[in-house]
Amino acid sequence: MKFGVVVFPGSNCDHDAYYALKHVLRQPTIFLWHKDHDLRGVDCVVLPGGFSYGDYLRAGAIAKFSPLMREVREFAAGGGLILGICNGFQVLLELGLLPGAMLRNKNLKFLCENVHLRVENAGTRFSNRARRGQVLRIPIAHFDGNYFAPPNEVRELEKNGQVVFRYVDAGGRATAAANVNGSAAGIAGIINREGNVLGMMPHPERASEALLGSEDGRIVFESLIRSGTPLPRRRRTP
Amino acid sequence: MKVRVLVSFKESVLDPQGQTVKNALLTLGYQTVKDVRQGKVFEIELAGVSEAEAARIVPELANKVLANPIIEKFTWQVLKDGKKG
Repeated sequence: MKFGVVVFPGSNCDHDAYYALKHVLRQPTIFLWHKDHDLRGVDCVVLPGGFSYGDYLRAGAIAKFSPLMREVREFAAGGGLILGICNGFQVLLELGLLPGAMLRNKNLKFLCENVHLRVENAGTRFSNRARRGQVLRIPIAHFDGNYFAPPNEVRELEKNGQVVFRYVDAGGRATAAANVNGSAAGIAGIINREGNVLGMMPHPERASEALLGSEDGRIVFESLIRSGTPLPRRRRTP
Repeated sequence: MKVRVLVSFKESVLDPQGQTVKNALLTLGYQTVKDVRQGKVFEIELAGVSEAEAARIVPELANKVLANPIIEKFTWQVLKDGKKG
């Protein structure tokens, strides 16, 4: 499965995502420059973490107008797989490819720590290698990760199974303390209704090798690889 | 023509920065402070447009770029030409 990692000025997890996909998961992976107008035949677009355009105005607000975003919108509309991590999630919200917006963390601090996520929907193309209710340990690193959507929108997301990851404690309980940034309903990751665009604040690429302290993030990439690879054809014996 | 656009959070959205500023003011003894909302100010210079055109352009660019309508609202006004007074 061919992955393309978009590079904006100020992206700083682009190389981490590239490394995890290319060298850990051994998938063909390329960088895509935000000023180009060509997705170069990738099967999955990754919008990486970082501070595109220095987070000026609002996180993700300027990246939304990058030339390549025209192709990214078309790719999304055509059912192409898009994974937005951290700043990439913020860009997806600004693009309107996912509902809601990000506010500053409730404690007004930049949070850089390991958190626990519960897989709320294991039926998506980004989570099919997990079990429903499985708890993953994956780090976060953000200032604006306090997910906001109007209450009726949050209810819709819950009802449609669009909440894929939720902040929980190590035991899998969704407590107020475990919801470190104050997100609505403890939301850490959501998917669009069509099931091809997912945004998440935690960094799965930073949890892709035992050396990094956790391999739990691989589940996201492995799920994508599984869903992007056609099932082997069964040969009929006469 | 110079316009000033003020972007702030909608009433329904919690503003933790404004809350922190409010708490600081209360700590300093300004007990009359009821609430603080923090926002952003943009001063934009427009070339060769009438007030009517500005009334079309400014809300458009505020909605498209300056504010995120999901969480923010804006107001705007025309500023008197750069002279002091």
